[in-house]
Amino acid sequence: MITDIYYVIPEIFLSLSLMFLLLLGVFKKDGSKIVYNLSLVSLIITVPLILNVPSDSETLIFNDSYKIDYLSNFIKILIVVSTLFVLLTSSQYLKLIKIFNMEYPILILSSILGMMVMVSSNDLIVFYIGLELQSLALYVLASFNRDNILSSESGLKYFVLSALSSGLLLYGCSLVYGFSSSTNFSQISFNYEQSIEGVTFGMVFILVGLAFKISAVPFHMWAPDVYQGSPTSVTLFFAILPKIAALTVFIRFLYSPFVNLVDQWQSIIIFLSIASMLFGAIAAIGQKNLKRLAAYSSISHMGYVLAGLSAGTNQGIQSSVLYISIYLVMNLALFSCILMLKKDNKYYENIDDLSGLSKNHPLLSFSLLVVLFSLAGIPPLAGFFAKFYVFAAVIEQSMFFLAIVGLMSTVVAAFYYLRIIKVIYFDKEIDKFDTDHNLGLKISLTITTILILIYFIYPNSLIDFVSKINLV
Amino acid sequence: MIDIGIGHYLVLGAIIFLIGIVGIFLNRKNIIVILMSIELILLAVNINLVSFSIFMNDISGQIFTLFILTVAAAEAAIGLAIIVVYYRNSGTIRVEEIEKLKG
Repeated sequence: MITDIYYVIPEIFLSLSLMFLLLLGVFKKDGSKIVYNLSLVSLIITVPLILNVPSDSETLIFNDSYKIDYLSNFIKILIVVSTLFVLLTSSQYLKLIKIFNMEYPILILSSILGMMVMVSSNDLIVFYIGLELQSLALYVLASFNRDNILSSESGLKYFVLSALSSGLLLYGCSLVYGFSSSTNFSQISFNYEQSIEGVTFGMVFILVGLAFKISAVPFHMWAPDVYQGSPTSVTLFFAILPKIAALTVFIRFLYSPFVNLVDQWQSIIIFLSIASMLFGAIAAIGQKNLKRLAAYSSISHMGYVLAGLSAGTNQGIQSSVLYISIYLVMNLALFSCILMLKKDNKYYENIDDLSGLSKNHPLLSFSLLVVLFSLAGIPPLAGFFAKFYVFAAVIEQSMFFLAIVGLMSTVVAAFYYLRIIKVIYFDKEIDKFDTDHNLGLKISLTITTILILIYFIYPNSLIDFVSKINLV
Repeated sequence: MIDIGIGHYLVLGAIIFLIGIVGIFLNRKNIIVILMSIELILLAVNINLVSFSIFMNDISGQIFTLFILTVAAAEAAIGLAIIVVYYRNSGTIRVEEIEKLKG
């Protein structure tokens, strides 16, 4: 139907503006500045376009291959707004390490276009196309600082492991298609009564492929290397956006085509969750590099999100979506702080470089303090509420073992967050860092820190949004 | 004569898929071999999809295959480009020497 077009106006707008910017960047000399600004503008325009799409009820378009519902619109807005902040924080960094090229915003736009297709896909083919559009742009972004050996090596590692995971995922898709004779999510769940083993086998492959994308243990090995090697602004992008998209796809897969296989997937998700929480907490203890530490911390955060999904209830899904929204804000704040550690046009990213930061930079240290306390889950900061809702949903389903392991790993994880705070506040001070940060970086750090600080005053603001997600 | 059924095709697909996976993990020499292994995995998927599609009389598997072929080409192009960039920086593409990032 031609009226279906109205539901995908945000995607169409984004792809048109992306192609236009690509042409502009090719034909205009030194066009990186204008391409960067116009990509910000197109992201800002995309937000009202998404809000304009009716999302009160579930709508299936294009022969049921594309699904518009509240979850997809909510996640799309999260994706676009956080990309806006990622671009705002990164411009100064990109200029200083001389990779402020016009391809950078274009690659970011094309990867979030892929994510937007992913989160509302309702068909294996559409899902695969969205996933690949996202990953192909991410391979290039990881190795974007092409004269730096670390960056190109991280791009290479990410390429090999991500291509492998796409292969596993596709093999799973082929088995699911074969044993349920359809690529459509809603058809799949009707069709596999007589061949449940084949579909389960395919489902395991799909879950493994998706676990690679969100770096859940035991498929996490790429994350620390890629986080450390990529340019910091790209690491920020990696830490937030692919995870939001892949988790939404997790929700889509688990609660639409595989909803009747709860018994089979629940134990897999619980295993992934426990392994990620524990491994992320323990492996981060010995780290010296802040970006590597952020990788391990994001691994353990993914464990908490998966714990929410394993509950198999609406409350569980809602708590996971809430967790990922708060995780996004915390990571944005953490990386804004890391991007501020600049001295004589050189960026510093080791924990030792933070030594005695509080003497010279009280405000920056305070923000880091808030962020790290929140990541550790200390009340009354936002990170505490995120964990609280997840554990409430898990305990509701009487999965006490998962909750206990989660709480224990929170305690272990608190150790390495607190160690950084000790280095900042009680160690010997070293040279001052520069303070000439650009406005975008300052604004995003201020906004995110304030959001984390004052979330406890009115927690319902976010809960009202996520409680409209009803999938089960 | 044996009748060739869907099972034979699936076993062929599974064998090629396994060769691809093992090729990635056991190979200690050259990154190009890893690229070839990735292509093998995608080919195994294509064999699966086409044979399912023929035996079920359903066209969407073959359409899926066309999409996979296109994406595989793009992926190989990007992979080779990244390998070229890496080679310019390090002067080697031996797998065991890719170890700058560790910890």
